Amino acid sequence: MSDTIILHVARYRPEIETEPTFQEYQTPCRKDWVVLDALNYIKDKVDGTLSYRWSCRMGICGSCGMTVNGEPKLTCAAFLTDYAPGPVRVEPLRNFPIVRDLVIEMSDFMRKLVQVKPWLIRAEEKPLSEGEYLQTPEELDEYKQFSMCINCMLCYAACPVYGLEPHFIGPAALALAQRYNLDSRDQGGRERMELLSDHTGIWGCTFVGECTKACPKSVDPAAAIQRYKLKAALEWFKSFLMPRGTS
Amino acid sequence: MNQTPIYTEFHSRWYRRRTSTYWWLRRPSYLAFILRELSSLFVAWFVIFTLVQIQALSQGAEGYQRFQDWSKQPVVLIVNLIALFFVVFHAITWFKLAPQAMVIRLHGKRVPAAWIAGSNYVVWALASALVAWIILGG
Repeated sequence: MSDTIILHVARYRPEIETEPTFQEYQTPCRKDWVVLDALNYIKDKVDGTLSYRWSCRMGICGSCGMTVNGEPKLTCAAFLTDYAPGPVRVEPLRNFPIVRDLVIEMSDFMRKLVQVKPWLIRAEEKPLSEGEYLQTPEELDEYKQFSMCINCMLCYAACPVYGLEPHFIGPAALALAQRYNLDSRDQGGRERMELLSDHTGIWGCTFVGECTKACPKSVDPAAAIQRYKLKAALEWFKSFLMPRGTS
Repeated sequence: MNQTPIYTEFHSRWYRRRTSTYWWLRRPSYLAFILRELSSLFVAWFVIFTLVQIQALSQGAEGYQRFQDWSKQPVVLIVNLIALFFVVFHAITWFKLAPQAMVIRLHGKRVPAAWIAGSNYVVWALASALVAWIILGG
């Protein structure tokens, strides 16, 4: 195997370019190197002007998501040898505006994330003296998978609905809403229902299923959304049968 | 949520990519999704076909003969063959997705995905056998 590899890296320098271009770099191709290592090598040794986000290098911070050979990937988990002999095409995440080079603008996602209220909501907080809210292992299993989201936005880059309809709340935010809805300690299901059951919420999803394939943490946002569709449909049916409500 | 996404009118230096009209040709899985969506038209076609068939039945032997002659035409046969392909594609792709949408617990344990998808196939086979029995042997 060759000990170097070619990277075609998307560049967008708004002060000199009106649209992104590609720049070719040659980097070492070590067995233990990931695409992010190659980008760090370029930044350190070849071209200090290259801009991209990264932090933890261990698939936890969710900062280094990029499009590698057309697929949304965490670059800290994309080994160079898997793309040998290259070239490897590195682009910013799809479906987001590009600020510079590989850096995307994410405030739309951050805003949507807060809107689904991803925290425990209680009708009434019990006093501290009564202790913590206990939960059985089975109750934890109900939502644990959905709590593994690292907000890396790969699912948004994979979702054609979000690409076509930017108002769509999107996979990660919906999955996180469901994470709290399924938590036995949470009582905020009704509060989230109005936003989630809107046409920009779960009903915007057409079940392409690519979010689940792109997710590096096996969260399965598509499953969270479909399960919520089922619940919302049953709730609607109940309110149709019992218009005066049961509460 | 009806507010405009915050990045639309400002920040003229941000580069915004438009999703291509042909985005569904970019990946085989996108194409499979679009074909699954398209298959609903053929499901509707079979519903209409069956309704016309029932109406023909209500018109007696002569009316039904006319329906049969019409449905034997090569064009109708070809349309029905294509429709059959899409309806089968529709069923298989949805059966594959069913376990994602359904969480069923038995004795506290989650029923494996293969069982949920498999049970759909079993019901499909039983329903097909019942229909075949009614038409051919009943």
